[in-house]
Amino acid sequence: METWNYIEYAAWGLSALFGLYMVIDWFKIDTTYSEDVLTSSREGELEAMTEQHKV
Amino acid sequence: MAEVDITSKTMDGMGPHGTKVGLLRVLGPAHVWALGVGIVLVGEYMGWNFAVGKGGAYAALIACWFAGILYTCVAMIDSEVTSTVAAAGGQYTQAKHIVGPLMAFNVGLYLVFAYTMLEAANAITAGYLFSVVATMSGYEGTLDQRPFIILVIMFLAWLNYRGVLATLTFNLVITAIAFVAILVLFVSTSGLVGAGIMQHAALMEGAASLPYGWIGVLAAMHFGLWYYLGIEGTTQAAEEVRSPARALPFGTLAGIMTLLIAATLTWYICSGVLPWEFLGDGVNGSVAPLFDTARLSGSNGLIWLLGFGTLFATLASANGCINDASRAWFAMGRDKYLPGWFGAVHPKYRTPYRAIIFLVPIALIFALGAPLDQVITFSILSGLLEYTFMPLNIIMFRKKWPLNTIKRGYEHPFHPLPAIVLLSLCGITFFAVFLGYGTQLVAMIGFYIVVSLWFHFWRYRFVNRGAQFTMPWPKPQGY
Repeated sequence: METWNYIEYAAWGLSALFGLYMVIDWFKIDTTYSEDVLTSSREGELEAMTEQHKV
Repeated sequence: MAEVDITSKTMDGMGPHGTKVGLLRVLGPAHVWALGVGIVLVGEYMGWNFAVGKGGAYAALIACWFAGILYTCVAMIDSEVTSTVAAAGGQYTQAKHIVGPLMAFNVGLYLVFAYTMLEAANAITAGYLFSVVATMSGYEGTLDQRPFIILVIMFLAWLNYRGVLATLTFNLVITAIAFVAILVLFVSTSGLVGAGIMQHAALMEGAASLPYGWIGVLAAMHFGLWYYLGIEGTTQAAEEVRSPARALPFGTLAGIMTLLIAATLTWYICSGVLPWEFLGDGVNGSVAPLFDTARLSGSNGLIWLLGFGTLFATLASANGCINDASRAWFAMGRDKYLPGWFGAVHPKYRTPYRAIIFLVPIALIFALGAPLDQVITFSILSGLLEYTFMPLNIIMFRKKWPLNTIKRGYEHPFHPLPAIVLLSLCGITFFAVFLGYGTQLVAMIGFYIVVSLWFHFWRYRFVNRGAQFTMPWPKPQGY
């Protein structure tokens, strides 16, 4: 086994870790918060708060 | 409402219209610059040189500057509209407010395809770069590129998942290094410091000046886009910048100026050292022209610097593409152009986490299963369709909401000249693409016609029409 073979295995391992992190966190968030909260984002917030569009 | 402190940590992103969790407003102009330039700069490190193969070095320079005009128009128009329509989704949101739902649906898909394909192309390139490093370090076997391709996509998706500030600060650092590397290579090889190695006169005399005549110049326009493709991505940060009216025009216009400089320097450096036949063959000849020029300079320092520059530019591009594709997908989900499930925001990291995760397997499928040139072509064509929409968009924007009716962060000069120039250059580029990739062009337009029919006859009934127009604008003129 050469160094680059170990690096290949490390790349597979790290990829799996990053993927697992996202999937586990995704599951945790979706089971902790209601869909109403998670999908409550609406566009135009800053506009409505700071810009009155009067020139 | 004007007294609401938008910098408050408890209120930020939680405003009217029932928003409980929104995207985080933490970005400044430098992040906008890093997003736009970060996506594009890889095109200077590789890809643009296919334009040399189409028509020689002079043709690539003409394409560089004409594409530069095209993208300057794009940047100016984008700066005006997005500093006013400051919401995630960029051109999709612009189309929704200014043109109509069918245009918005199409533009949203152009964006997602252009960025996801580009992300896949970058991951393929990163895998290739790792194999080159392995060979240069003395490895005699054949490196399996797949784990590196997957790692690039997974790591950057994870970074995007965890928060936009870290994501774009990372982009800022690696993009700045990649840009400085080009400047250092120019200073070191052009003769400004020490002896230069440029041989423009010898390499571009006689038949080498325009080997395929003026039709070659036209054909070069296709890959001329590669110098700047993606600068319009700055608009996707609109909902996450602290001050859209200031940061978006500033970041976008500084970005296009940076790219005009980087593109011209790149052409000058590479065409002065590499023969056009070698430079123009991006598959069997010069895959990474700036890196090849550094190798010919004989300086180990330059080889390392440009090696890292190439890798960083590739990573920055993939990173920015994940950011942009996920914002466009998220915005379409939020308006129910796609299932509303995609319109979710992570309550802790404040990112469109479901959109980010959903696009990972799609990028992986293209990165592992599709040839690079097809992936790049699909990305370019989707981008070109998007640029064709922009002149129509700005003309309608100025007509429906003239300058004295709503406040803009930036007003682009000489309207409608930039729109007309942009539309004309898009027409020329479509013809150039047709010359080389006619089948793909027709297939892709067929694809968008089919999905448009699907949207019109089926999906539109689910669109959240009431929440579609949330900007506190006056009624458009004539309505």
